[in-house]
Amino acid sequence: MSRNPENREQFRPENHPSDHFLLTTVVGSYPKPKWLNRAGELAEDEESKFDADDLHEAHDDACRLITEEHERAGLDTVVDGEMRREEMVEFFAHRIDGYEFHGPVKVWGHNYFDKPSVVDAVEYDEPWLVDEFEFTAAAAERPVKVPITGPYTLANWAFNEHYDTEEDLAYALADLVNEEVEKLVEAGARYVQIDEPALATTPDDHAIVGECLERIVAGIDEEVRIGLHVCYGDYSRIYPEINDYPIDEFDVELCNGDYEQIETFADGQFAPDLALGVVDAHTAEVEPVEDIKENILQGLKVVPPEKLTVSPDCGLKLLPRDIAYGKMENMVEAARQVEAELDAGDISVESVRAPADD
Amino acid sequence: MTDLVATTPGLYPLPDAAKQRLSDLKGHQKGDLVSGDEGPEIAAAYEEARGELIADQRTAGLDRIVEGQARWDDMLAHPLTVHENVETGGIVRYYDNNNFYRDPQVRGDLTASGDVAAELDAATELLGDDESLQAVLPGPYSLADLATDEHYGDEAEFLDAVGDFLAGEVEAFPAHETLFLLEPSLVTNPPADDGTDDLASEVVDRVAGATDGDVVVQGYWGAFEEKTYAHLMDADVDAFGFDLVAGDREQDLYNVNEYGAKDEVSLGLVDGQNTLVESPETVRERVDWFQDQVPATDFERVYLTTNTETFYLPVSKHKEKLVALAEAAVAESEVTQ
Repeated sequence: MSRNPENREQFRPENHPSDHFLLTTVVGSYPKPKWLNRAGELAEDEESKFDADDLHEAHDDACRLITEEHERAGLDTVVDGEMRREEMVEFFAHRIDGYEFHGPVKVWGHNYFDKPSVVDAVEYDEPWLVDEFEFTAAAAERPVKVPITGPYTLANWAFNEHYDTEEDLAYALADLVNEEVEKLVEAGARYVQIDEPALATTPDDHAIVGECLERIVAGIDEEVRIGLHVCYGDYSRIYPEINDYPIDEFDVELCNGDYEQIETFADGQFAPDLALGVVDAHTAEVEPVEDIKENILQGLKVVPPEKLTVSPDCGLKLLPRDIAYGKMENMVEAARQVEAELDAGDISVESVRAPADD
Repeated sequence: MTDLVATTPGLYPLPDAAKQRLSDLKGHQKGDLVSGDEGPEIAAAYEEARGELIADQRTAGLDRIVEGQARWDDMLAHPLTVHENVETGGIVRYYDNNNFYRDPQVRGDLTASGDVAAELDAATELLGDDESLQAVLPGPYSLADLATDEHYGDEAEFLDAVGDFLAGEVEAFPAHETLFLLEPSLVTNPPADDGTDDLASEVVDRVAGATDGDVVVQGYWGAFEEKTYAHLMDADVDAFGFDLVAGDREQDLYNVNEYGAKDEVSLGLVDGQNTLVESPETVRERVDWFQDQVPATDFERVYLTTNTETFYLPVSKHKEKLVALAEAAVAESEVTQ
């Protein structure tokens, strides 16, 4: 049962030009400025005078810069580009008691990550993201979305040495995520996105992810928008089950696969709002506005405009920065044009959902 | 008395320094992976890694030494992805893991390549007179399962061709004490009973016939289905390998008690996919447990191994697991049976 998708209205800008409102957002990660990577290397170099405090300051500067860059692109909700995070599991594993690191492991070719081991009961110590949220919210004019790596992915992409099953570990982590979301909400957060890329790799575990989400949203006010992001999977294996997830929004990458899977969701029963990837995160060309508008219309096959959010397929961090910016800028422009055309009646939802030749 | 032999199925994690050096030399994209004709700098880096992987096994005290397969960027698909008549396609998932390899698309005859033989020649150079080389290859069924056939056009013909190809590769190998044929696909995607099951066994037999060494056919991530196992028993090999960690132990025992076993057996006792390091005592108990469960079978030799390849692990844990296997084998041999 999805939660309360109507909570999207709080993100409509005051001066929004159209009656229709396609919420524009990003998945989260964004290319780091080169100087920030250099600063990170300097901070690790013992011979350098550049220390942890200097790096913290550099992170603050980068967060301000990228948040502003998101606002300049015209997004309705912004993220700091995850400037303080290197990798989506490692970042959280370093903040949760019970994890240990033993060195890099192979994903493919020469791509590695520091896959952590859970060696003890996972426990909540200091807040993970509250400082970063408060900083970004103070720097931003627009509402800030907070992406959190989901408990299923935090469990599945680690070695489990302690819990009887990976499922037990995922539930223990879900309780910690719930605690973090509570603290974020206290700090003022109204838009939280749970990232569960591991669900795409093991879709048979959709019920475990569902139970994790139940735990995450327990006691969380319905005015807080909860999204779930999944990418690069076979969605026929998790739909329609996701209709039962306690979320407001399901964020999915489909641009990369040229919307081959859009029909999977287009059964007229799609329960949460759809946050649709309308630009590809893995091609280094900025899509023209006209192409993106066509992609947005794909979303209308699944949900009406008042339930459609648009975003890039996935985090943009692997792209050149100017390309990433161009994609966001064109995406927002495309959304605003589609809204105006919907207002004017130039686009009819019915024609998208039931093509004349169907 | 049963001879206990500590060994591994190979495909080790690269030493951390080699990870860095090779990713700097080669890059991170699909087109940057091993092609079979690496330049001198890359070849030298692999040479050094090979020496390290062999030294680690020597230090641990293993009874068989594998080459370590540091070059196998595409894991078990490697013998095809470096083949001149194979093109590499997109990145595809490696079984049910968060690991990926390049899809080998076979576009011409699978002629002899000699790629793995060259690695084993280099490994032989590094071994002392009293050390025993163990060769490692994907089994024919798994290799065919990991590939895309764009040439032979018929599933059986393709499997047959992969069998001939691997047999040809083995014929070019230097002398080796043991050959491990890794066959996870026989477990995870069992051959159909339309004759494929029979052929899967026949091609294993063909590859085994190309060596004078002992041949172990190792399945993992489950147990062989009854029918698969029954057909495999027709192959002239020396041992089957059972995954006692992530497998279905009941099914393994059923197979052995129902259809018998070869004179030797390989047991996957140490988890190749978890950093929790088993103690030698635990490993030894698992050996005893298995032998107790199959009272009618008296194995001449038991291979003690990890259940899977170990490239999933950080290097430090991989090394600790080698030691656990070696110590378990020694501890057991001190007990009179």
